[in-house]
Amino acid sequence: MPTQALFGQLLIGLINGAFYAMLSLGLSVIFGLLNIINFSHGAQYMMGAFVAYFCLQWAGLGYWWALLVAPLVVGTIGIVLERTMLKRLYHLDHLYGLLLTFGLALVIQGIFRNEFGSSGLPYGAPALLTGGYNLGFMFLPTYRAWVVLFSLAVCLATWYVIERTKLGSYLRAATENPTLVQAFGINVPRMITLTYGFGVGLAALAGVLAAPIYQVNPLMGADLIIVVFAVVVIGGLGSIMGSIVTGFGLGVVEGFTKVFYPEASNTVIFVIMALVLLVRPAGLFGRAS
Amino acid sequence: MRTAWFVALALIAAVAAAPASAQVSDGVVKIGVMNDQSGTYADISGQGSVVAARMAVEDSGITKKGTKVEVIFADHLNKPDVGSQIARQWYDAEKVDVIVDVPTSSVALAINQITRDKGKAFLVSGAAASDLTGKACSPNTIHWTYDTWALANGTGSAVVKTGGDTWFFLTADYAFGHALERDTEAVVLKSGGKVLGKVRHPFPTSDFSSFLLQAQASKAKIIGLANAGADTINAIKQGAEFGIVRGGQQFAGLLVFISDVHALSLERAQGLVLTEAFYWDLNDRTRAWSKRFAAQHHGAMPTMVQAGVYSAVLHYLKAVDALKSDDGTKVIAKMKEMPTDDALFGKGTVRADGRKIHPMYLFEVKKPSESKGAWDYYKVRATIPAEQAFRPLDQGECPLAKK
Repeated sequence: MPTQALFGQLLIGLINGAFYAMLSLGLSVIFGLLNIINFSHGAQYMMGAFVAYFCLQWAGLGYWWALLVAPLVVGTIGIVLERTMLKRLYHLDHLYGLLLTFGLALVIQGIFRNEFGSSGLPYGAPALLTGGYNLGFMFLPTYRAWVVLFSLAVCLATWYVIERTKLGSYLRAATENPTLVQAFGINVPRMITLTYGFGVGLAALAGVLAAPIYQVNPLMGADLIIVVFAVVVIGGLGSIMGSIVTGFGLGVVEGFTKVFYPEASNTVIFVIMALVLLVRPAGLFGRAS
Repeated sequence: MRTAWFVALALIAAVAAAPASAQVSDGVVKIGVMNDQSGTYADISGQGSVVAARMAVEDSGITKKGTKVEVIFADHLNKPDVGSQIARQWYDAEKVDVIVDVPTSSVALAINQITRDKGKAFLVSGAAASDLTGKACSPNTIHWTYDTWALANGTGSAVVKTGGDTWFFLTADYAFGHALERDTEAVVLKSGGKVLGKVRHPFPTSDFSSFLLQAQASKAKIIGLANAGADTINAIKQGAEFGIVRGGQQFAGLLVFISDVHALSLERAQGLVLTEAFYWDLNDRTRAWSKRFAAQHHGAMPTMVQAGVYSAVLHYLKAVDALKSDDGTKVIAKMKEMPTDDALFGKGTVRADGRKIHPMYLFEVKKPSESKGAWDYYKVRATIPAEQAFRPLDQGECPLAKK
């Protein structure tokens, strides 16, 4: 394998890592602040892609609008979900939230598959982002470059808001001690609801980003969610920076596996997960409680 | 999530109240359609195959003669262990007489053995591995619609003839992909071409970019896709993104179904050359049947797999009717003895090794400007006559053929 070709694979790995990072970030935010293991994240990612498709088919709104509309629509659905169902589970074990969201994911995916089949629907990249650059060592499609830059920006912005702003400090304080924060006159339940909506919106945003690369397919989230959970576990549940770094890092590891031993590329992340859990049960960036 | 742990069983056609003839076991011919109801192959087979089986029961007219027929279905999730477990339960507990369809070759090969052990009948439409009528052939199995040899022979040789003489394979890493790659490689080498490399990707895979880069680096003229369903769709779609075709390389979709073309849209699929056993717009009879089918299946036209299910079940019921028995081994023998004839595949035969023989077609996907609307996708490039479409009887290493 010539060095030049390895550069190509490195870049591809980063691109796939961008999706892992964005999805695991949403999961981390939700887990960190709500203590809910959101198993319907994959389904919400899929819904984001479908909203982009509907925007185009029914309303004539293109990709750029979809980037705005899909997170809002799916995030709102998430908020309704949180208000009507999830909030009843906060005082129970994690397992209940996991089971509820897992069940919801099955139902949502089943409905979409029944309506739209399993082959998926076509969705193209916007004209501005088609084409690509010849980097010498590989051909880089413009759209892929956009995905890396955009998701990196979103990830860092999220990290900044939660770790470095006043709003973020309220959020973190509310997870540590909700009663006390409420005593200061902050509406904690509303904050939690909005946080869930935000996490779900991130998933939908990733779905819109994915639509031009993959088919808009009812099963697209089901394939991805298991890997993303492994990423979150490796990074450390609830750690924001952890999920961003491991997302990109594991994308690269997976990319190289596809070159040297492609048959194992679906498994390599789980092998790493097992090893990390043996050595650091709280994950690479997690704090042992 | 695909890990739906329950098996969706449903009772569909339990018609005719008259008592069945004495030799049909437990008074009812029970047909089990087993395929992918929820995953990547659900559009190729799925509920459409159940609709097709039900139509065959109706068209056979056997229920009017007093034989009771029931159609049930289940989802094997493309996993051999799940499929085997359902097959055993069907044969042992639920008195199923024949299992039909079964895409995903690894599952089909497992059920092939179980069916043989239990002396039942197995009609394969969805699976492709030519081993089903080769080393693994069985007196209880008929491989109906197509196989990897026929695909390789159709698409592979057509591509090499038009100058595509260097190949790189993207292969789904399980029995089907391996068989398709093996059979195509043989055709390419025999026609004077060369294979420059191959990658075996996990099944299913959604991101092909890494594999596409490897294929690009190989400088092969043809990138042979030895995969199916969503894998093929994603590979072609992402290939466009990475400028594969603009860079002078071409895809050869070795197994492309009409549902894949529909999902890709003509924009991206145009010009693809592919081999299929059936297309809804071949003649008046296929058009009439396909319209009836579409009316019962969300307006989607049948794939060759679904058409094959219809044809196989129809012939099976004819044999049951002639024998007045649903004993698996006997019915399969009878099916091999009787010539086949139906609206979809015309006249044909079933060979000693269990291979159903009919013409195959080399199609080319139309340009968007040539298409008159939804589902008007193919033009016929060549008809491969029945006697040339499948692997010759003496080359398959099937013990049944040597008698």
